[in-house]
Parts: sequence; structure tokens; C-alpha cells
Amino acid sequence: MKPLLTVSQLSRDFVKPLDMVAKMLNRLGQDYREEIVHAVDDVSFDVFKGEIVGVVGESGCGKSTLGRMIAGILPPTKGHLSFDASQAENPSIPEALRTQMIFQDPFSSLNPRKRVIDIITEAPIHHKLITNADKRDFAAGMLQRVGLDPDVMERYPHQFSGGQRQRVGIARALAVSPEFLVCDESIAALDVSIQAQILNLFVELKDQYNLTYLFISHDIGVIEHISDRVIVMYLGRVVETAPIAAFLKQPNHPYTNALLEGVPRLEVGRRDYEPISGEIPSPLSPPSGCHFHPRCKFATDRCRAERPALQEIAPAHFAACHLNDQA
Amino acid sequence: MASILKIDNLQTHFFTKAGVLRAVDGVSFDVGAGEIVGLVGESGSGKSITGFSIMGLVDAPGRIVGGQINFKGQDLTKMSASQMEGFRGNRIAMIFQDPMMTLNPVLRIETQMVETILAHDKTVKRVDARARARDALGLVGISSPDERMRAYPHQFSGGMRQRVSIAIAMLNRPDLIIADEPTTALDVTIQGQVIHEMQRLCRETKTALLWITHDLAVVAGIAERICVMYAGRVVEQGPNDMVIGNPLHPYSRGLLGSVPSQNRRGQPLQQIEGMVPSLLNLPAGCAFQNRCTMATPDCSVQPPDATRTNDGRLVRCYNMDATTPKTAKPKTASRKARGRT
Repeated sequence: MKPLLTVSQLSRDFVKPLDMVAKMLNRLGQDYREEIVHAVDDVSFDVFKGEIVGVVGESGCGKSTLGRMIAGILPPTKGHLSFDASQAENPSIPEALRTQMIFQDPFSSLNPRKRVIDIITEAPIHHKLITNADKRDFAAGMLQRVGLDPDVMERYPHQFSGGQRQRVGIARALAVSPEFLVCDESIAALDVSIQAQILNLFVELKDQYNLTYLFISHDIGVIEHISDRVIVMYLGRVVETAPIAAFLKQPNHPYTNALLEGVPRLEVGRRDYEPISGEIPSPLSPPSGCHFHPRCKFATDRCRAERPALQEIAPAHFAACHLNDQA
Repeated sequence: MASILKIDNLQTHFFTKAGVLRAVDGVSFDVGAGEIVGLVGESGSGKSITGFSIMGLVDAPGRIVGGQINFKGQDLTKMSASQMEGFRGNRIAMIFQDPMMTLNPVLRIETQMVETILAHDKTVKRVDARARARDALGLVGISSPDERMRAYPHQFSGGMRQRVSIAIAMLNRPDLIIADEPTTALDVTIQGQVIHEMQRLCRETKTALLWITHDLAVVAGIAERICVMYAGRVVEQGPNDMVIGNPLHPYSRGLLGSVPSQNRRGQPLQQIEGMVPSLLNLPAGCAFQNRCTMATPDCSVQPPDATRTNDGRLVRCYNMDATTPKTAKPKTASRKARGRT
């Protein structure tokens, strides 16, 4: 089976240019360098049709940057990503519309001065998928799909609660019949009981419309619940990708292990926390070799010097760790 | 176990133009010496206002209108502002969600810590206060505390800042610490570190801890007893094992069922329909009735009183006898975990 989305060697750097003073001092013989953050560093993976791929990692690991590049909001610095055109459900829809994004904060991602009906129909009208005459019926259908009453279409975003707003955001994304949804921390801002409602909605929509998801979250419980495959990122690099069963039962990378052990879980009950030591390093000056070595209890000299490559350690299970070579 | 804090029928209301908001409406619970109690609820349930009420930090238009907060035999609600100052930051300390908001950005950590000690005890010499502050930083796991004391808050990372605020809270060896969502803004591995430090410090110093959070999993990991709040009331309270393993109130059960986890993969999450009602127009009777699957006509007449069950917890529900728990009991797992302690 051909993958729907192929991401190969994708990188994104953010450069902070030198200010005037630094430039002048450089002319006088000083050595000021531009600050470069490798937000996403040489990332490759495939996503197959109908899959939910979870991306998990802590703040600053580049998961949001990755999502934005896949959604087409941010151009990559290096590498490329390609969607398989032969798997398009509806070839008449422009390729850029096949991926849509659902954002974290339902308060800032909706235009406060637009009515819900306009928020939902703006993109399909612009792309001539519907006409102005169909607007009301179309918006009503979209709102029903996401579990809202069509009567609310004349309202403004501030008249909704957080969960309802997130539903409007989902309706807006679905309005152009996308096949691939990038959900960037889409439920992180919601209360627990509302999170469950939205998560269930995502799964229902996936089954109904044959969607594929890239689900970005820092919440491992959510990732475990929803994903078929998990990508673990640390400081811009993929450290492990694994099918969910392997991720839960045989996590390979020491960082994945640390993440899974550090999560508070209902099932475990009261326990003693034995955290991994150390801070997340600044992406401005990442550690040499394997980025995780300063916090890793198994680190060797090789880890400090050499970047580990992503290797297949079991079918469809990849990890980037030097320890796998020794075994 | 002697209880350090005993809250009895606390009522904190906000008198707004739109009407009276009963943010905390008849909350009662107690915290024993050295005990960790979790206070869980969704946004707007009144869990933070309960914490602020204990600290005497409720601002106008809010006011404590009834009930008692008994702290080591003294009623804090009857205290004057200056009397309260003797308790706040001294006998009772609070840790907030966002450490950047708690720490003064223009003062060195050292200054802020020494100030906390001297404010409550003028007889301490500055040098001694400084030494105590340094030891406190070392205790919460900050390496090279002597240098770090000279730093400003912005030079610390989020997790480090939260450690500093924990150190400040512990400075005067309080009897009770109120932690309001202390790990919500932190990453998973850092959250684990902070929970670890709090657990260790409370065990070593026998400090009681009231942990306020929306995250059931965190509370399930550390608290001895759990109070679940909804719309200003504690709907269920009891020992951790019972509340998490076999919740009786329909709201606690719904809340637990809606937490995603690996055990429920492939099944839809149990969801609580609707949303948290506005505190301005709560339904008469039980506040949860509109979202409850088991509501009967009785529920809309009068709010249920807290009833003590056979196993010793307090539940506010008319129909809890009819409830048959559906969630799997994680009791064996929790016993195993306790065996390690």
C-alpha cells in the first residue's frame, strides 16, 4: 500500500537575524553569529490512509512546527512532503485543500467579528465549492455533522463555550472536504468532560468521512487512546516511531520510557514518582550527539559524540538510539 | 490523626451586577497533619476559590458569607486582615499555577526568599535568613543554590521557577500548603519531578498538602483522600482508592470515564452530556441534574445533603444506591504501588 503522505528529511530552521549593533560590531572585528533554532531537524515518516498518527513530545520539541508544515502554513527549510494524488477522494478539489488544521485555542482561532455561518462558508465559497445561494443549507449541514444545532449559525464566536467553539473550528476545517486533518493540541484547552466529547467526535468523523489524522498532543493518555501509530519527538528530532501496541508494551528509546513512566495514571493509583533528572535543553544550543544524552542514564561516550540514526528494530518500529547497536 | 484544617459549610459568594454567584456553597472537608488531600473539579467548580478563601485572598465583590475555616483550633473567617498576615506565608502557604506570576520579576530570588523569612520573624539575622533560603533551594533539588540565588526569575526555566516557589512556600515550615494547579503549566517529565519533590518534602516535614487540580490522574497518584467538586459543592469525598476505584456520584463516575487511557482504546469515551451550568442560574435542586443520566424528579426539588455511606465517604446524591459501578477496579494495581513506598 502506498502511503498517503510521505515526509522525507523535512527540516525547519528559525533564524534570528543580527541586529544593527551586532552587525556594526562584527565589522569592527567582533564575532556575533545569528541564532538558529533547528525546530524540526531531518524528520522522515509516512502516513497511510485512514490512520491516526499521534505526535507526542514536550514543549519545544518541534511537534507544532511539524504540524504547521504538513498543513502547508509554514514552508520547510529543507526536505519535502508529498501527498499521493492517486488516493484523492475527489480529484476536483485543489490539492492545498486536502489538508486542514484544527488549532489548540478555540478562542483565538475564530474571527470574533464574523458569524458562525460566515466562518464556516468562507473557504468553500472562495474556492467555488459552493455558491452563495447554498450557504445556509451548507452551514446547517456542517453544524449538524459536528453536533451543533443549525440554529446557532447566526451567532458570533463569543456566544459559545470552549467546547462548542472547538466544534465550530472542526466544522470550518471539514467545510472544504479535506482528507487529512492536522490536530495541534486540539483538546488541550478544554475541560476533561468536554475533551471526551471532542475526542469521540474526532473518531466518529474519521469513520464517517474516511479521514486521516496527524494528532499532535503532549498528553500521552490522549495519544494512547486515539492513535494507531505514535511518533515521539525530542528537540526537533524523531526518537521513536512505533505502532501503538509496541509503543505501550516495548518502548525502545530511553526517552519514550521516561515519558511513559512519568505520566500520572488512574490505573496505577497512589505511587512514588521517580522522575528522570534534568531539564529540557534549550533548542538554541542543543547537546551534541544524541540530544537526550545529558538526561539519559545509559549514555555512553558515543552518545555524546555521534547522532544516532533512526533504525528499524522491529517491523514498523523505528528508534534512534545507539544502545540498539550493542544488543 | 488530628486535623490541621477543618472547613465547615464554607460559603463564598460573589455579589456581581448580574446577581449573586455562589462560587463556594457549603463546602466541608478536613485535612489531617501530614496528609495530602486532592480537590478535583472542572473550571468554574469553585476549587480555586476554596483555596483562596482559606488564604483569605478573596477579593471584592467576593466575600465569605458563612461557615468556618478552622485552622489548628482558630477560625480564620473571624480573623482581621493583620491577624491573617501572621498565618499567610507563615503557617499556611500557597503555590500557584504560574510561577512567573508569583515571583517578582525585578527582584533576585535571594531578596524574595529573605523577605519571606524576615516578614514573619524580625529577630532572624539576615545572614541566617540567607542560609535558610539557600538550604531550602537545595532541598527542592536546585543545583548550586548559592549561584542560583543571585539570579532573577526570568533566568530560570518553568520547572525551576516552580521549584523556587515551592522552596519559598516551605521556608517558614508551614503546617499546610495549598497548591493550586502547581504542575498544569509544566511538561510531563518536569511535572514528574515537581510531584516527586512535593511528595518527598511533605513526607519528610509532615506538612499537610491540599492539592487543587482538574487532572484526576495526578491526584490519583499522590492524594490520600479526594474531594470532587461540582458547581461550588463537594459532591463526593473519600479515600483515594474508593473514589478513583469505585466512584458513587454520577459526576465522579462520568469524570473518571472521560479520562482517555490505553485501557479504553477503540471504545468511545464515556462522556458527560452538556456543559457546566452557569453559576448564575443553577437549577433548583441538584446542580448536576441536567447532565445526569439517573436524575429523578426528586433531584430538582432540593439539593441532596452529603450522606455518609457504609464505607465512610460522603456523597451528595439521592440515587447512589441505584448506581452499579461500571469502571474496572484498579485496586490491585494501587496496592502494588503502595507496596513499593
